[in-house]
Amino acid sequence: MNRMSPLARAGLFLLAILLGLFFVLPMLWLITAPLNPRTTLSVTLPSQPSLDNFRAVFDNGFAIRALLVNNLIIGGGAMVLVAVVATLASYSLSRTRVPGSKLLVYVLILFSSVVSGTAAMVPIFLLAYNLGLINEHIGVILVMTGGLLPSAIFIMRDFVDSIPRSYEEAALVCGASPRRTFWDVAMPLVRPGVLVVAIWAFVNAWGAFLVPLVLLRSPEKMPASIAFYSFYTEAGTPNLPLVSAYAFLYTIPVLLLYLIINWRFGFRFFGGIKR
Amino acid sequence: MAEVRLDNVTRQFGSVVAVNAINLTIADGEFVALLGPSGCGKTTTLRLIAGLEQADGGHMYIGDRDVTNLPPRDRDIAMVFQDYALYPHMTILDNIGYPLKVRGTPRAELTKRVTEVAERLQIGNLLQRRPGQLSGGQQQRASVARAVVYHAQVFLFDEPLSNLDAKLRVEARAFLKRLQHELDVTAVYVTHDQAEAMALADRIAVMNHGRIMQLGAPLEVYRRPQNLFVASFIGSPPMNLLPCRVDLGARRLVFAGGAALEMTGMMERLPASLRDGEMVTLGIRPEHITIRETAGASTLPVKVYVTEPLGGESLVITQMGDLLISIRLFQDEPPSLPDAVWLELNMTHTFLYGAEGELMR
Ligand SMILES: Nc1ncnc2c1ncn2[C@@H]1O[C@H](COP(=O)(O)OP(=O)(O)OP(=O)(O)O)[C@@H](O)[C@H]1O
Ligand SMILES: [Mg+2]
Repeated sequence: MNRMSPLARAGLFLLAILLGLFFVLPMLWLITAPLNPRTTLSVTLPSQPSLDNFRAVFDNGFAIRALLVNNLIIGGGAMVLVAVVATLASYSLSRTRVPGSKLLVYVLILFSSVVSGTAAMVPIFLLAYNLGLINEHIGVILVMTGGLLPSAIFIMRDFVDSIPRSYEEAALVCGASPRRTFWDVAMPLVRPGVLVVAIWAFVNAWGAFLVPLVLLRSPEKMPASIAFYSFYTEAGTPNLPLVSAYAFLYTIPVLLLYLIINWRFGFRFFGGIKR
Repeated sequence: MAEVRLDNVTRQFGSVVAVNAINLTIADGEFVALLGPSGCGKTTTLRLIAGLEQADGGHMYIGDRDVTNLPPRDRDIAMVFQDYALYPHMTILDNIGYPLKVRGTPRAELTKRVTEVAERLQIGNLLQRRPGQLSGGQQQRASVARAVVYHAQVFLFDEPLSNLDAKLRVEARAFLKRLQHELDVTAVYVTHDQAEAMALADRIAVMNHGRIMQLGAPLEVYRRPQNLFVASFIGSPPMNLLPCRVDLGARRLVFAGGAALEMTGMMERLPASLRDGEMVTLGIRPEHITIRETAGASTLPVKVYVTEPLGGESLVITQMGDLLISIRLFQDEPPSLPDAVWLELNMTHTFLYGAEGELMR
């Protein structure tokens, strides 16, 4: 490392601290605000921390149902569907020689931002309407999956590409069928990639707002992102204490999912190929 | 055990012909090495035999079965990969036992057979570890164990020793040779290391540009390279190859720069088709040249370029025009030589190659 003058060093530290603060402040707010009976938009340690905000939120059956039922259905559904389809698609794209497959994925990625984006909402609404998927969770799941898949396939294919084929070839040569090879050898090796993509899909579907807003009708099917509005007054001003408590609850499943997967499977990849 | 036969087998990648109409018969129990420079098609040939590549033309037989269109698992082969390809998520026990598991062997018998094989390969105490916790040499033996454990008819090796250091490589080489003799299996072994091929194989197939340039016993290939490519590839340092013109009248070979050698000693073996004035290449191994400090009746004048002590022997590299000629001396210290010396070639150990690179005599 090259030497820095103490002044430059101090400047660097200052910059790092400022940047750190910039990202930490919202987190701090998220932790302190729900405990504060009189939440404002500034970060203040509550003088009398209480759980009253959470109590009020749990009394709102609509919002809790949105969070614990609808969001889990939509997030979980999109997660499973994206993970399964992206794994199979990227595996076959990586392991077979299909002319133009790279281009195909790029084009799909380009269009995927359209699928779940604002521009395509009318056609998507019409499509869902004609398929009878309006006001159905499965409709939201399918649209979210469609929007997420290209990027998921892109990430996964890079991952599958990085796994040497000789693992699978060794299995094929010593007598395993292609299907068996996939389950016994390829699947355990790509699992870290599958987990990354699954979590990414879950987070995206968990936070989806526009698609469920357009496709869902009945309040009892709405996800949490929309249920936030139940903490607004009729005039449209947010009840900040309750919003912050709800926001806190909103982040927990995502964190939990990450922790569980990390603890259970670990995002690690142990080598076994001699390079 | 079975014979392996390739009949006009071809494999193309786009415009690259990786394997070009190869014919090769490997006898039951024979150990054949595929030797050649990088990119000559050795690995592709091996993968064709394994069924990991599809032939674009020709037929392949293992025993009396036509396996050309069979998937790898129906070919009854075992393969050791260059990178070992041990499954990182399984223990060594499960790695070695995987072929047995696939065949539905009961767990108890699987463990018993794996333990037997592992004991023999001296990795019996490592069965509970994962591949990442093994040294290179241990991984290599584990991958050999996985190939040995299920008694396949044909063994395929793709440079299995290239990731080992020099000392371990010689050990592993000897070990593989013993193992092959004990198991008495048919084996195809890919390498670009000629010492390895020489040491291990019953026969060597020297390949270049997707073709087999020569197939024969190691010493046969060394002693009588059938063409310029093999001559320039086999031997370390390889054979000296000196372009020259035939002067039949004077019974001499004339080199660029005017130096000439008498053809005595090789006359009786010259082909009848040899024409006066034809351009040929004279080949001679470095050990069949003697250095003289005075000119003789049939010597080549050269300048000493460098001398290299190689341990048990030494190498003198000389220069004639822009040709380098190396001479191997079986003495550990290179002699001190004057700048200009003369080379006497043992003409009974020379080869003549024609314009197409073919051996003429
Ligand atoms: N999957 C592939 N796609 C395209 N070209 C290939 C493929 N595999 C091999 N080739 C080409 O075929 C030729 C032979 O390759 P091969 O791997 O058989 O060589 P090799 O003799 O094993 O070389 P090395 O000693 O470097 O391993 C090379 O020109 C290579 O670039
Ligand atoms: Mg190779």
